[in-house]
Amino acid sequence: MAISFTINGKPVNVDAAPETPLLWVVREHLKLTGTKYGCGAGMCGACTVHLDGNAVRSCQTPLAAVAGKSVTTIEGLSANGDHPLQQAWVALQVPQCGYCQSGQIMQAAALLASNKNPNRDDIIRHMDGNICRCGTYPRIARAIELAAKQGA
Amino acid sequence: MDTIERNPDGTISRRGFLGGAAGLTFALSISGALVARPSAAFAADAATKSMGAWVTIGHDGAIVINIPVAEMGQGSLTGLAIIFTEELDADWSQVTIAYPPVIPSIFGNPMFGDMMVTYGSGSTRGYWDKIRLQAAAVRRVLMQAAADRWHVPLAQLHTEPSQVVHAASNRKLSYGAIASFAQVPATMPAIDKSELKQLADYRILGKNTARRDIPAKTTGAAQYAIDVQVPNMVYATVLRAPVEGATPDQVDDSAALTVPGVLKVVALEHSVGVVADSVEGAFAGRDALKVSWSSAPASSFNSADGLKDFLARAAKLDDKGVSFFAQGDIDGTFTKAAKVMSAQYSSDYVYHAQMEPMNVTAAINPAGDGAEIWIGTQGPSINVNAAAAMLKTTPDKIKLNQFYLGGGYGRRSPADMLPEVFPLARAMRRPVKLIWTREQDVKSAQMRPMTGHQIEAALDADGKITGWRHRVVGESVEAYRGGEQALEDAKGLDGIVLEGAKHEYGIPNQSILYLREKRGVAVAAWRGIGAGYNKFVIESFIDELASAQKADPVAFRLDLLQNEPRAQAVIKAVADKSGWGNKLADGHAMGFAYAQVVETYVAAVGEISLNPKTGIIRAYRFWIALDPGIVINPDSVLAQTEGNVIFGLSQTMKEQMSISAGQVQQNNFFDYPVLRMSDMPEIDIQIMPTDNPAKGMGEAALPLVAPCVANAVFQLTGKRFRALPLSPERIKAGLASA
Repeated sequence: MAISFTINGKPVNVDAAPETPLLWVVREHLKLTGTKYGCGAGMCGACTVHLDGNAVRSCQTPLAAVAGKSVTTIEGLSANGDHPLQQAWVALQVPQCGYCQSGQIMQAAALLASNKNPNRDDIIRHMDGNICRCGTYPRIARAIELAAKQGA
Repeated sequence: MDTIERNPDGTISRRGFLGGAAGLTFALSISGALVARPSAAFAADAATKSMGAWVTIGHDGAIVINIPVAEMGQGSLTGLAIIFTEELDADWSQVTIAYPPVIPSIFGNPMFGDMMVTYGSGSTRGYWDKIRLQAAAVRRVLMQAAADRWHVPLAQLHTEPSQVVHAASNRKLSYGAIASFAQVPATMPAIDKSELKQLADYRILGKNTARRDIPAKTTGAAQYAIDVQVPNMVYATVLRAPVEGATPDQVDDSAALTVPGVLKVVALEHSVGVVADSVEGAFAGRDALKVSWSSAPASSFNSADGLKDFLARAAKLDDKGVSFFAQGDIDGTFTKAAKVMSAQYSSDYVYHAQMEPMNVTAAINPAGDGAEIWIGTQGPSINVNAAAAMLKTTPDKIKLNQFYLGGGYGRRSPADMLPEVFPLARAMRRPVKLIWTREQDVKSAQMRPMTGHQIEAALDADGKITGWRHRVVGESVEAYRGGEQALEDAKGLDGIVLEGAKHEYGIPNQSILYLREKRGVAVAAWRGIGAGYNKFVIESFIDELASAQKADPVAFRLDLLQNEPRAQAVIKAVADKSGWGNKLADGHAMGFAYAQVVETYVAAVGEISLNPKTGIIRAYRFWIALDPGIVINPDSVLAQTEGNVIFGLSQTMKEQMSISAGQVQQNNFFDYPVLRMSDMPEIDIQIMPTDNPAKGMGEAALPLVAPCVANAVFQLTGKRFRALPLSPERIKAGLASA
């Protein structure tokens, strides 16, 4: 039974079991591999996408839950990779191994969408569910501040 | 199964565009002598054409440089390309970076026996001379070609970025223009190291340069091995033996085979593989397996008991183990000592927790004597050699496609995924993408070994340290990854376990020993290697010695390091920057550590507080001063050092694996917590200006974090914590004890 939803602005029909984690639908069925598998348990944030504008863990989101809704992945965050957060991430050379960074950026984008001028505590509270093993947290925090300043 | 060759930055490989006569390709011959051939010579044979080229210069001036290291966030893919570009004197904006094929005789790292491997913070220091000499020879060929065309002496020419210039006649030729007419000599010119560029002449080396891998890492375009899609591919995962080395006895796959999408269940040597037409099918099939397992040597092992055994052995001074370093008269010194101080330290197992779970994709050819592998690996040579041995073929029959690594830290060096994926690919006669679940990644962790330490100092009547004894007890990483023969070849000395056990404190009589244990546990190199615990032990104990003499920890170290000017410089710099000795906020304390790690000199100060009710340490700020020699890309040094502090704090305060009845007890990030943003300190880093050769950065500062914290806790509480991690439970228990 196909389930219909919108991904990065395009309508799609996916023929997969309704309990299939959105993560695998996005990565393997739709071949949008920017969204990463980290823990499969909602504890690391590497798989973060937007569901109707809210940051969710795609590994904890069954396909059935997105029927008729709008999903945005890192590939759809901006047309040319030029979202203010993406620009700030490059300007401050944030990523190291980079594996967690799609999730970090999607998590941060949801923050800036609801809070144009977050202070450091707001940022830490909002980002604390996203693990970066390489230890780029100082640059992530500064990049969010930079993007906010530039009017994300 | 042809795939488009891609550069590490995600763009399509320029090799695909370069026509037969479109440029100059410079190669090192298999014998190691420098030779080069015009790319036209390579064009006749496509396979040869892509073999062995360090650099190709197109008529349009585009330059493709092959960089043979894995990029796992440490920045050396860009860093080595900067070194090459600087010595070639090329225009960085015209440079593209590519991965070369696995040809160790050409691209191997001299520091690691010319293998193509990326570990031990060894890329910059290992390739430093090799890449500069290679690039300088290419530049010389371009200059000679221009000299011949203009009929002027070579000595009258110089280069500007991607241009050869004859100043006397105001003539210039771009490298691209030269590539259109030049003949590459049969033998490349020999360059003497004295002819290499000097520090003062560097144009980009030493300045901040944006890393080439970063843009694609902000858009989702960067390709990791887990992202690979190969035509006709199926998915697989494994349920691995709960005890290292155990084998499946009985496999009940009846439920697994009813899971939608599951195609096959295959019993493997130490695991059971589930193949499906989707990841979710494979994962669900794994959950439905019922397997009974054999016992293994580790089946009776409990890490808590094991640590007691390790420490008991460490204390038995008549058990001599294998000597790692000895000088002077150790027994006499301790017999004659006015005072002996001794202590026992330990470190628990820790897990890499790299964010990309272990995975590999592989296809075996129909004849069974060749394979293609898609992997993000620190060990291309190791994997190609292992694959060839497994298929009873030669390395040239193995094509390895390298990808970005979603964290390495030592975990991605071995070829441990191949014994699982090859039988699955053979059974399916299709490419198989094998992904471990995170839980499997935790349960089958290859951990930094648990260690026990006995450390002792002999003091004379004036309080001078005359003797130093350090006994390191733990399992062997060399034996686990290379077999017993590997450890025997190293004369019983495990260089990974013992890394960092030597120091520069100038103590005349010393004995550093390795006491090897066998418990059958999977152990590996981990970020910081052995220095991760050895520097914790040494720098904590040096602090104990200073404290016993009521000496300031910084002054005490400076006194011992009088013959080490680079150590003195970093220590003084960090003491000054941190305001060492100044009064701090109530409840705060600073701790100090110094060490040379991966040949880089580092000094560190950490400022912390401690909640005695919860046992939780709060790190506010770290100051680091380091002298890594010539710095290639300063911002990369800062980024690595920031990461080292965060990673180091994580292992200091949070990370602990435990084993019961041979089984890892942890499961996922809920019971193996790592540092999160709310725990991050402010980090202040100072890079010392120097013209010494470039050394390691990827794990230089990490080992200093734990002793900084432990020494600060001592300042704060008067209690010495000698076991890693300094977990809240241990802190609470320690503070409660008398």
